[in-house]
Amino acid sequence: MAHYIDIVLRSIFLENLPLSFFLGMCTFLAISKQVKAAVGLGAAVLVIMVITVPINNLILNYLLKPGALSWAGQPDLDLTFLGLLTYIAIIAAVVQILEMVLDRFVPALYNTLGIFLPLLTVNCAIFGGSLFMVERDYSFGESIAYGFGAGGGFFLAVVCLAGIRERLEYANPPAGLRGLGLTFITTGLIAMAFMGLAGMEF
Amino acid sequence: MAETNKELLLLSIFKRNPIGLLVLGVCSALAVTGQMTTAFVMSICVTLVVAFSSLTISIVRFQIPSSVRIGIQITVIATLVILVDQILKAFYFELSKQLSIYVGLIITNCIVMGRAEGFAMSNPPIPSFIDGIGNGLGYGFILMSVAFIRELFGSGSLFGFEVLPLTTNGGWYVRNGLLVLPASAFFLIALIIWILRTVDPEQQEKN
Repeated sequence: MAHYIDIVLRSIFLENLPLSFFLGMCTFLAISKQVKAAVGLGAAVLVIMVITVPINNLILNYLLKPGALSWAGQPDLDLTFLGLLTYIAIIAAVVQILEMVLDRFVPALYNTLGIFLPLLTVNCAIFGGSLFMVERDYSFGESIAYGFGAGGGFFLAVVCLAGIRERLEYANPPAGLRGLGLTFITTGLIAMAFMGLAGMEF
Repeated sequence: MAETNKELLLLSIFKRNPIGLLVLGVCSALAVTGQMTTAFVMSICVTLVVAFSSLTISIVRFQIPSSVRIGIQITVIATLVILVDQILKAFYFELSKQLSIYVGLIITNCIVMGRAEGFAMSNPPIPSFIDGIGNGLGYGFILMSVAFIRELFGSGSLFGFEVLPLTTNGGWYVRNGLLVLPASAFFLIALIIWILRTVDPEQQEKN
C-alpha cells in the first residue's frame, strides 16, 4: 500500500508533469487566466488520466509487448513499434466516448468539462503520462496510482497558476513582458517552490 | 502567393516564431534543453516531422473529408514520428535513451498539428514544406538558445565538451546549479520572449 501512496505523492509533487517535465504546457498556459476555468480543465485532465493510463497499460501488456500475443497463438510477435500510434488512438477514443457518455448521463458535469475534452486529445500531459507508464514498466495497479497522481499534479499546478494570474491582472509590467512572458516567470517560480519538496522522502 | 518562399521561411523563424508568438509546442521545448546535443537532435527531428507532415497533408488535402481531418493528420504525424523514433533507436541508441519520451511526444506537439491544420490544409505542397521547415527552425532557434545558456553556465560545457573548466575538476568556474534545474528554462524562455517582443512591438499583448 505504501508503495502506491509513494507513487501518487511522487507524481503530484516531485515529478509534476507541467512543472518538472514541461508536459501539457500549451493548455496549461492558455487556460489559466481564471481559477474557474482552470478547475474545469484540471478536473478533465485528472479524469482522463485515471482512465487512459491503465487502459494503455492493459493494451501494452496484452497486445503489444514481445510475447504478449501468446494467448492468440503468436508468441513471437513484437508490436511495440506500434505503441505511439496505438496510445494516441486509445486516448482519442476514450476522450470521444467520455464526452458522449457525460453528455447523455451527467449534463451538469458535461457543461463544466465539455469544452476542454476535445482539447485534451492532443495534450502532451495525457500522452506523456502513458509514455512514462510504458518507460517505467508500471504494473496495472501502479498505473492507476500513477494516472491519479499525475492528473492530480496537473490539477494542483494549473489552479495555483490561475490564482496567481488573476492577481497579476492588476500589475503593470513592462510592455514586452505582458501576458506570456510574465506567465512563464510565474510558472518558473511555482516550479521552484515545488522543487523545494525534492529532499523529502515519502 | 503573396509571400515568396524565402520570406515564408524567414517569417516563421523570427516574426511568427511558433514558440515566441503563437505559444505552440513549448511542451517539449523546455525539457530537452539541458544539453546542446539533445536540443540539437530534437530540433532536427521536429523540423523533419513538421516539414514532411505538412508536405504529405498538403498533397492529399483535397481528398481529406473535413469531419475526420484531425484523425488523419494525427495518423500521418504519428507514422512520421514512429519512423524518426525507430531510426534514432537503430543508429543513435544512447541519444534516444536521453530524449526518452520526448521523441514520442512530437506527435502531440502543437506546432506540428498547428501547421498541418493552419497552413498545409489550405496551401500547395511546396510552400507548405517550406513553412514546415521554417517553423521547425524557429522552434530549433529558441531551443538551441536556451540550451546554449543552460549548458554553458550550468555545466560549463557545450555539446559535452568542456569550455569553462569547473572547480570540481580543478578549474576556475563555479557552475550555476539553478540552470541545471528545469525551472530555469521557464525564466530563459520568458527573457527570450521579452527580447523578441521588445524588438518587435507588434507582438506585444494588449491589456
